[in-house]
Amino acid sequence: MSTTEFSPPIPDAPIVVRRHRLSTRLWHWTNVVILFVMLMSGLMIFNAHPRLYWGDYGANPDPAWLQIGAEQERGYLRVGALQIDTTGVLGRWQNAEGAWQNRAFPHWVTIPSSYNLALSRRWHLTFSWLFAGGLALYALVSLINGHLRRDLLPKRAELAPSHILGDIAAHARLKFPTGEAARHYNVLQKLAYLSVLAVLLPVLVLTGLTMSPTMVAAWPWLIDLFGGRQSARSIHFIAAFAMVAFILVHLAMVVLAGPINEIRSMITGRYRLPQEKTR
Amino acid sequence: MTTLLSRRRLITGAALTGSAMALSGCDALGQSPAFRQFLSSGEWLSYRIQRFIVGDALAREYPPEALSPTFRMNGNTRPESAEWERHAASGFSDYRLRIDGLVARPQSISMAELRALPARIQITRHDCVEGWSAIGKWTGAPLGPLLDRAGLAPNARYIVFHCADDFRGTPYYESIDLVEAFHPQTILAYGMNDGDLPIGHGAPLRLRVERQLGYKQAKFVMRIEAVESLEGIGRGRGGYWEDAGAYEWYAGI
Repeated sequence: MSTTEFSPPIPDAPIVVRRHRLSTRLWHWTNVVILFVMLMSGLMIFNAHPRLYWGDYGANPDPAWLQIGAEQERGYLRVGALQIDTTGVLGRWQNAEGAWQNRAFPHWVTIPSSYNLALSRRWHLTFSWLFAGGLALYALVSLINGHLRRDLLPKRAELAPSHILGDIAAHARLKFPTGEAARHYNVLQKLAYLSVLAVLLPVLVLTGLTMSPTMVAAWPWLIDLFGGRQSARSIHFIAAFAMVAFILVHLAMVVLAGPINEIRSMITGRYRLPQEKTR
Repeated sequence: MTTLLSRRRLITGAALTGSAMALSGCDALGQSPAFRQFLSSGEWLSYRIQRFIVGDALAREYPPEALSPTFRMNGNTRPESAEWERHAASGFSDYRLRIDGLVARPQSISMAELRALPARIQITRHDCVEGWSAIGKWTGAPLGPLLDRAGLAPNARYIVFHCADDFRGTPYYESIDLVEAFHPQTILAYGMNDGDLPIGHGAPLRLRVERQLGYKQAKFVMRIEAVESLEGIGRGRGGYWEDAGAYEWYAGI
């Protein structure tokens, strides 16, 4: 690393920096597996009761703010007063054998693929230990080795509205940092990764725990924090889809920023600084 | 145009094949005994760690205004056993709760006796394994003193609840360990929402074990048995749903 710092950059010669530590790379790739399992087993658990509520209680006699169901051979998604026909995808769809099923999420996004609440709970509740354990360990390591402070916390100047707006404008034109500026995360990257690490993932873990009758006996403040057990279930579901949205944007950015360089940097840790396009 | 379509079809086909392979892989893993063993490790961890954290903390109790307007009925809403039918017809006046197994003094207690014991009233949240919740008010006799009255043998480790209802001939039953059995909120409820416990909710007696999921709250309790091991009962996993599927015996989450 130090040799590249001191040798004067020869024009067009690629500068390779050490981008991702081993802890980041390990956490990233184990999460690829764990998050897929958590999401897909979670969708099967949702299928057992495809209705969401606010407050502490909520069951079939109570009003749901979100519901996926089927009526007269049509599948629907209902959010508040809005109802969308989702036949074929949500509420009513055909399984691998072509038979129509009245279930919320279809077989190709759930683990297991045919309805089995007990087994999906086994997947979800075992992988949740890997998920929460990995998150706690990574957060601790990042705190100790300075990753959090050095790479993820935005500097004061970066938080100036003009800087953030400039970064948004550059992203909108798909202009990504090159040369020295690409050595560090830009402010939008920092804010995105920080909000996932410090907000979204902990919210997923804590709302998950709030659904446990034993855990809320131990820590009743969890119920108050999320406004009730059914609110916690709703927030768990919303946060899961926020995570899906993050992953989709993340994948799009990897593709736009140069997938080979980006993926290699997450495997080997080495990242080639993109060059300024002069021609 | 045709090349574009076929390329799109190719990509879609490849993506579908890929995800189908990954999915059938998960289904196959879920069936493999070794992997199921791994998938059970979460229950063991949750049991150990949650027990350590929760200690003897109480489940939240709510004010009357927090009650669900309608408490959803679930599971069996009316047993088909002749014995239970006979009791129901006479308003459970001849019903007697049996407590036996590994006890020094087997008990046979009438409803009148149970109602005369010190009662506990609690407004608690019932969390079904499916995800829904309902808040209800329960009146009943704490289980711990009843077990003390029967005198548990030193080797008794689990309390089994034998119920009058069944699913296609397989009787419902549940079991809890002694920590849950002697928890102050663990009661045999005979009253609900200021009235008698309705038949649909498990008359004459329903177990309330408030730090566990709904399938533990056995309805139509006829007999309580203290045992050393769950092996000889049902298919040996400690409850109807535990036997029927892969539902966890430890239902704290």
